[in-house]
Amino acid sequence: MTALLQHPGYEDESLQRVAEQLPCREAQSAVLLSLMGQPQQYSYPSIFIYGHRASGKSHVMHVLLRELELPHATLSCVECVSGALLFERVLLSLFGHEAAALLPRSASLSDFVRVYRQQCSLSPAEQTRFIVTELLRDADANLLPALLRLQELVEDNVTVVLLSEIAWDKFRPNTGCFEPLLLHFPDYSKGELQQILSQDRHPSYSADFYSSYINILLGVFYSVCRDLRELRHLAALNFSKFCEPVAEGKVKETDTHKLWRNIEPHLKKAMQTVYLREVSSLQWEQMQQMEEKETGVVRGLSAHTHIELPYYSKFLLIAAYLASYNPARTDKRFFLKHHGKIKKTNFLKKNEKTSNHLLGPKPFPLDRLLAIFYSVVDNRVAPTASIFSQISSLVTLQLLAQVSHEDQLDAPKYKCAVSMDFICAISRTVNFDIVKYLYDFL
Amino acid sequence: MRELGLEDHFAEGCEGAENTAARFELCQQLWDKLKTDTEALQDELNRKVLDSLLDLTRKCSTTRQHSDWASKMRASEIPTAALVLGVNVPDHDMTFQSLSELLQQSVTPHVASVQAKECGTLKHLMKRVLERLTGTAVDDEEEEEEGAEQTSTPLHKSSHCSLSTLCDWYNAKARKSSTGTPGKKRSSPTKDEHQQPPVVIIFKDLEAFNPRVLQNFILICSLYIERLPLMFIFGIATSPSTIQHMLPHSVSSLLCIELFQSLSCTQHLATVIDKLILTPQFPFKLNGKVMQVLISIFLYHDFSVRNFIKGVQLALLEHFHSQPLSVLCCKKKQALLNVTQLGHLDLERVRQLPSFKRYVERQEHQEQVSLLTDDGHLKEVCQRLIKDLRKYHKNYYPVLRCLHTLTSSLPRYPLGKQIRELHLICLEKNVSENEDYQSAMKLLKMLAKDELITLLQRCADILQSVKSKKMRTAHVQLEELLAKFKQLDSVETAPVVEENITSPVRNLQKKTDLFQLQKTLLEMNESRRSKKLSPFEVLRNDALEFIDGLVKSHLCPPESQTLNEACYYSSSATVRRHLNAAPRTSIQAALRTPYYYIQNDSLKTEDGSVSNAAPDICIAYKLHLECGRLINLFDWLEAYATVVSAAEGNDPDSDDYGKVDEVKHSRSSARFIQAVSELEFLGFIKSTKQKTDHVARLTWGGC
Repeated sequence: MTALLQHPGYEDESLQRVAEQLPCREAQSAVLLSLMGQPQQYSYPSIFIYGHRASGKSHVMHVLLRELELPHATLSCVECVSGALLFERVLLSLFGHEAAALLPRSASLSDFVRVYRQQCSLSPAEQTRFIVTELLRDADANLLPALLRLQELVEDNVTVVLLSEIAWDKFRPNTGCFEPLLLHFPDYSKGELQQILSQDRHPSYSADFYSSYINILLGVFYSVCRDLRELRHLAALNFSKFCEPVAEGKVKETDTHKLWRNIEPHLKKAMQTVYLREVSSLQWEQMQQMEEKETGVVRGLSAHTHIELPYYSKFLLIAAYLASYNPARTDKRFFLKHHGKIKKTNFLKKNEKTSNHLLGPKPFPLDRLLAIFYSVVDNRVAPTASIFSQISSLVTLQLLAQVSHEDQLDAPKYKCAVSMDFICAISRTVNFDIVKYLYDFL
Repeated sequence: MRELGLEDHFAEGCEGAENTAARFELCQQLWDKLKTDTEALQDELNRKVLDSLLDLTRKCSTTRQHSDWASKMRASEIPTAALVLGVNVPDHDMTFQSLSELLQQSVTPHVASVQAKECGTLKHLMKRVLERLTGTAVDDEEEEEEGAEQTSTPLHKSSHCSLSTLCDWYNAKARKSSTGTPGKKRSSPTKDEHQQPPVVIIFKDLEAFNPRVLQNFILICSLYIERLPLMFIFGIATSPSTIQHMLPHSVSSLLCIELFQSLSCTQHLATVIDKLILTPQFPFKLNGKVMQVLISIFLYHDFSVRNFIKGVQLALLEHFHSQPLSVLCCKKKQALLNVTQLGHLDLERVRQLPSFKRYVERQEHQEQVSLLTDDGHLKEVCQRLIKDLRKYHKNYYPVLRCLHTLTSSLPRYPLGKQIRELHLICLEKNVSENEDYQSAMKLLKMLAKDELITLLQRCADILQSVKSKKMRTAHVQLEELLAKFKQLDSVETAPVVEENITSPVRNLQKKTDLFQLQKTLLEMNESRRSKKLSPFEVLRNDALEFIDGLVKSHLCPPESQTLNEACYYSSSATVRRHLNAAPRTSIQAALRTPYYYIQNDSLKTEDGSVSNAAPDICIAYKLHLECGRLINLFDWLEAYATVVSAAEGNDPDSDDYGKVDEVKHSRSSARFIQAVSELEFLGFIKSTKQKTDHVARLTWGGC
């Protein structure tokens, strides 16, 4: 494998270190190395690397640049909320504090180019400078074209490496731009995952033991999850359970079959809870310790869906649900005392044959909400300020969603944002049979 | 100085000006006590949750130092506490306040709490976090746009709003503290673990945050977690599943979430009522109606304990403000002292009290005369009455608790599940006359022996702690009853022979006549009904009679007590008006009776009609009340013009009027149009296409 990573201009020793830290990414790192050329040579202005989450994009870049001791700046577009912040970071890591301080406040791209040129004339590049950045789709429109041809703009030996989980096509500005070199990092195969995961073995157990554990783990989880990070997390969580029989002296390290029998149900259980992060890793560990007693099972996050609400808030929510899922024409049928006998077929329009629940909630004005509210609540309610403030607190609790803009004070519109199950539970607590009032279930 | 200002406000428009100072002081004292008590209570209630939260933060600060394999594998997760607090958002402030204080005292100095409304964008969130942690103003790009000329100072340059700045700051802090105490560090190795106090960021209202902002912030934080020991606390009002709704898996997998559930707000209220309202220690009382208003606001509208306390505060203030005799609403000693200082006017007020009038009527003629004429005698009687009132309270609450323990576990809860419901019943009227009380007593008679004994034992425990003569004797009696119950256990092992029942059965076997059979069966039935009670039943009836006696003598409503007006606040309408405001009612009141708000004497009218000098909109409103669903604008204008011209002193029949004052006419129609559009804005009418020149009326009733 070291044979792959031979390149003039770099010491064999550091290349060796790189190779050790980048298992299963030899091909990609070799391509990158050849693109980078020798340190003093000019490299291609911009390289775009894409691949799924946890496919080693930034890891490869970091290791390469760190171990080969090349001048570089690493940043992320998530963090750099403004272009100015990004420019400052670049200057800071390439030229130090003094250079970064030269940037004016809220620096524009031209400021950045000016300062950069000024600095690089002071300290001309002996080696290719690298700027590695994770790219976001909603970044500034002017930023990307400029980064792509930064080498040209600043007339310096600089290469911009862009990392992304999304393919280049989604980024390409419609005005056209300098095309970067595209490099794809494919997903790790099962064997590669096995190899990588086996590396972080527990110090007190042998490597074979750990890799047999990883083998079992992958057998269970590979079908649902190929994300290296998640798998690593799962491996760390369940390992203590796996080596429990060994630690107790019941089973030898080599007896994989028995170990498999012991761990398999646990992994199955972990798939339901830990993988979805229903239960945090800390709680999972505690659960495993408690398991012998089989007492109170820790419930996941989604198990807690019950919400206590004030009495009128419940009715407001019910009214909102009715207003969202019933057509406004049918209000007369449900809430008027002498509505006469209207059959469903009579006011069924053609396009309404589909269930309203499949279409999702519809917006309704405040007036309608209050009208329904006053007719469903069983005693007389004065239209007090606290009724209205309850509506807005339901909005902040994200049980209602305001559809119209917040500035619109006159006749605001809302949507109900709770599920059928939730509203049924709520209406059960106030003895209100909501199904009788829903048009879909007539 | 501020106090003085407050007192001046208090004295303004205060009933009975002589003793305002004393009343103000009493009111202040009581409020301070109420406030400190509630705060202490809340702290106590939250203690468990907060303690476990503190443990978590401590743990996450220590595990970071451990180099053990499992924690190293988990190092990339940000420890997060999801604190579920319930929907009573106004109460959360206090919880977070005490939480951050506790954290700062015992775990880490670096605590920042942020609210959603100040963090609309990622930049603002970042800025707030940095500001609160470093304690300095971080410069913002927007601010510096205003003073663009001064920005040339490069000193501020390095402090951009970013976590790397925070990292630098944190490292500088840590270095300073480690170099500052090099001697200590060596002496105590445990200190090393606290070398890295975590940086805690509290998100007070998670639901209100923009999910995008939160996601990005967490992503950024996870980039720095290796350098900065971050920790999050999410304040959640609804349910923990909100986290999953707000954060995608890629983000939530960066967190190690632990769930904490705080006490539900109804339990919280129950404790507050139990500790602060149902106690003789607190001389100020609420009567049934006010209590009902406050509790229903809590249950129906907001679930907020803080607002409940605010309501009590309002009642307290109103009581001391409006009731001159509230000087007597204080501790016993001071109340007795205050009685001696009552002036003649105050004593007259006492004589006017309905409860005192009833008291006088019960007295003999001689006594009545002296009560109504002799001030000195009245003062003595008042002292006695105040002592009686105190005794009444001292006995009322323990008996209330006893009755509650007995009835709260009965099926269908005839007297309510919560003690506050029972309290409301008792405040309303005599509980022993209540139907539910009778049925509760019947149900109590059906209890099994051991159940009854445990309940009675609990009652005895309640009575034991009371320091009142009557309660002490009651306790002794109850203990005796309990002892008898226990004796029964040993005696009753021998079964009671039921001779009188067995005999007719034996007779039965001889007779074959149908009539005879029927007769004997009836006899048997009767004899079974009038069967001699077993010793347990006798004892049970005794015990229940004893309880009934206690209830009848001590749980009478406070209205029956003389001088209760001094301690009980009764104006539920005021409380309702202040706490549960109805905007539309006040708009209508303003339109109907403008005098109420404008306080201009010329607008005052007797029969509810509007004077023609009233504002235009009031006149237009009044006229529109007389119309049907559709209002003809022209008719309305005519009616309006008539009223207004009458106000201006024009006689429509005079010669001048015939000439038609064009200017005046157009002016009045302009005023009318304005009034109509104002009414439309307020939502009383709207334009309609059903008929030309008509508007539709939107409100009904009134006229």
